[in-house]
Amino acid sequence: MAIALTVNGQPRTIDVEPETPLLWVLRDTLGLTGTKFGCGIAACGACTVHVNGEPMRSCVLAVSDLEGASITTIEGLAPSGVLNNVQQAWLDQQVPQCGYCQTGMIMAVTALLSERPNPTDQEIDESITNICRCGTFARVRRAIHGLAAEAGGTR
Amino acid sequence: MNKWTRRAFIGAGALAGGGLALGVLGVALAPGRHSVVPDDAEGAGQLNTWILVTPDNIVTVLVPHCEMGQGAQTALAMMAAEEMDVDWSLVRVKEAPALDEYANGYVVRALTGESVPGPIEVGLDYGTYRLARWFGLQATGGSMSVRTTGQYGMRVAGAAAREMLVAAAAEQWNVRAAECQVASSRVSHAASGRSATFGELAQAAARQSVPSRPTPKDPQAYTLRRTARRRFDMRSKVDGSAVYGIDFTLPGMLHAAVAIAPVNGGKLVSVDSAPAESMPGVKRVVRLEEAVAVVADSYWRASRALEALEPVFDDAGHGGVSSATIFEAFDEALAAPPEMPAGAAKVITADYRVPFLAHATMEPMACTARVTPEGAEVWAGTQDPLNARKTAAEALGLEPGQVRFTNLALGGGFGRRLPGSLDFVGMGARIAQAMSPAPVKMIWSRETDMQHGYFRPAAMSRHAGALDASGAPVAVASHYVGGGDRESTFMPYVIPEKKAEGREAPHHVRTGAWRSVLNSQHGFFKESFIDELAHAAGKDPFAFRRDLMGEHPRFRAVLERAAAMASWGRALPKGEGLGIAIAECFGSIVAEVAHAALSPEGVLKVKQVWAAVDCGEVVNTDTAAAQIEGGIIFGLSAALVGAITIDKGRVVESNFHDYQMIYLADTPAIEVQFIPSTAPPGGLGEPGVPPIAPAVANAIFAATGIRVRELPLRRVRLA
Repeated sequence: MAIALTVNGQPRTIDVEPETPLLWVLRDTLGLTGTKFGCGIAACGACTVHVNGEPMRSCVLAVSDLEGASITTIEGLAPSGVLNNVQQAWLDQQVPQCGYCQTGMIMAVTALLSERPNPTDQEIDESITNICRCGTFARVRRAIHGLAAEAGGTR
Repeated sequence: MNKWTRRAFIGAGALAGGGLALGVLGVALAPGRHSVVPDDAEGAGQLNTWILVTPDNIVTVLVPHCEMGQGAQTALAMMAAEEMDVDWSLVRVKEAPALDEYANGYVVRALTGESVPGPIEVGLDYGTYRLARWFGLQATGGSMSVRTTGQYGMRVAGAAAREMLVAAAAEQWNVRAAECQVASSRVSHAASGRSATFGELAQAAARQSVPSRPTPKDPQAYTLRRTARRRFDMRSKVDGSAVYGIDFTLPGMLHAAVAIAPVNGGKLVSVDSAPAESMPGVKRVVRLEEAVAVVADSYWRASRALEALEPVFDDAGHGGVSSATIFEAFDEALAAPPEMPAGAAKVITADYRVPFLAHATMEPMACTARVTPEGAEVWAGTQDPLNARKTAAEALGLEPGQVRFTNLALGGGFGRRLPGSLDFVGMGARIAQAMSPAPVKMIWSRETDMQHGYFRPAAMSRHAGALDASGAPVAVASHYVGGGDRESTFMPYVIPEKKAEGREAPHHVRTGAWRSVLNSQHGFFKESFIDELAHAAGKDPFAFRRDLMGEHPRFRAVLERAAAMASWGRALPKGEGLGIAIAECFGSIVAEVAHAALSPEGVLKVKQVWAAVDCGEVVNTDTAAAQIEGGIIFGLSAALVGAITIDKGRVVESNFHDYQMIYLADTPAIEVQFIPSTAPPGGLGEPGVPPIAPAVANAIFAATGIRVRELPLRRVRLA
């Protein structure tokens, strides 16, 4: 069954079993390995991508439900090699440790800040539910606060 | 006795195209130090350091340790660069490519296309000889990269390289070496106005005699160390380009999903492979002794087909074991509490227990292998490439030299990918052998990963302590199960009688090294009990500890700093409290204060944590702080929610919904300070973990009067 998608701005036609999760289409069919497998049950957020601009956990999204959708992965955030502001803040604050969860974390934070450039701590807590095992959360919050301050707010 | 002994060889040679290659090989032994007991005194490790200076004026540092986010590669490069006075922007880092090829000169051949210069061969032969005596050349664990490779390899190699570059300049200009200055990758001679870059001097430097005892820099003159430098590996981790073990891809690669006997030690009895074999893309069902694998043309197809199978495994006779039976056996082994001196004014006893814990690295175990008649190639993220190669070779019935192993980025290690727990490498190799010559990538599902770990051992202790009439402790003693001879006994407190006695209660559950190894259990036991003693004596828990540290000034300074950071002793609202704890491991001392707040219903919030650290000299101040922050958060997950439970011999938890970790929302504000020190560097990846559980438990007591003697806290009623 062929499914038409747009991935990082490129039209793609995918021919896999309809229930195949988007995660494995991205990783194995399209070779976009920046999106990570962590749990397979939408519990950890390592596989977070944007579907029509919304942050979604791609390990539980059947590709057949995504006909015509526009998908952005971590590889699509900096198409010309210039990091987006969240990626740059992650570098400036030296957030990642092992880094495995961070691409999903960056996708989740990018989505949050595009919706709410100056989120409260409560909004951050409710939106960013990705699991990081190395223990980078303190820096994740610091980096988000820094981005919010740049956006003009101080909460 | 209390000094490090060093036996190392320095070798140098020319690179093709006119560069300098300089290496240090040898071993460093730590027989024990005065105030800090090293956890690895038996084998502090081997040195294997290479610095390359090339005509493009780039200095490349080859690091024999893998990067799992701890910043070791960057810190090690800083230690070499400091000695050389190199321009930091001209430094590059490379993970040493491979194994004993690396030790026997292959690396130089590969980089230069030339034969290895004589002096290197001498050092390499020695290194190779030594290699055989250590469990693994390239192990990254025990928080020891900076402590051994850095202190005794990078520093020496950097100083030697600098001396050779200066000697080359002096020779060319016909001046005395002592008259030359070095700064920013450039040697200059002020009197004659001449200068040359390291790159320009590299070829001539390679012809200089190798200093046998290069003089390291006076630490007072450091300009690079003790600053915050960005990690080399960071960019690839924010743009998604980093290649972890699970990301590795080869043309024509097949994919494998596995089901392993759920009870450790169990074997595959039977499986009807027909249901899987008829599914799309499936190539074969592979039977292993302890597992069954489905190999298909995509991972998703392999994992779906695996679900169609109903493999039958035996339970190796452990089907009746549960966490309850394990702890019953622990309790029996502990027997009566330790005896206390007759005539003590007050005696208290307490039992503590902690569960098994999973590493739960965010990247599940994964391994890619290709087996051909000529040998095998294997790719994975591990903490020890040399042992990974050996593991694969043993699994395939090959000699290690017939296996080429490539280490890739690790999506978390924490001890799960150390020697002794590289089962996934052997399994990946065996599956690929069955599919030879096609390359196969095996990925464990999260469920498989969670249930087939090498868990932090469950442990239990039975403590007793005695106070005299003035409230001073006269004796502390414990019986414990779960390992930790050294971790159980060491306390930085002057108490006339201190004793700890290990007891055995064996079980079949697989255990291994887990971030801070056995210090997470014993840190909780010891620092909870000393808190109980303080309260029994009617004394402030901080002051009680401090007053017993007369013989341990480093510990005392760390404890006092943490207390000062937290404004210890201030009044807090009802239901809130501060708790303090201190622990030493891997050469670093960490004290932490936790601020706990409890609702009337007993819901706990850890609001803030302050950490004071004496890790000796700090190399990279930013990654040092990051490691302590990470250790606190890792330790908080264990303290608050983490537990692996055994039932019917198998692990109950299967994924992140029931093996929990804390989230961003649960993470307290964290403040870290380092005590200025010129002592040799201690470790940083692990020492942040042990104090946090007792600090939180002690804070809960301060807030509520409820004494926590069991983890995780989610199982304890706090109201």
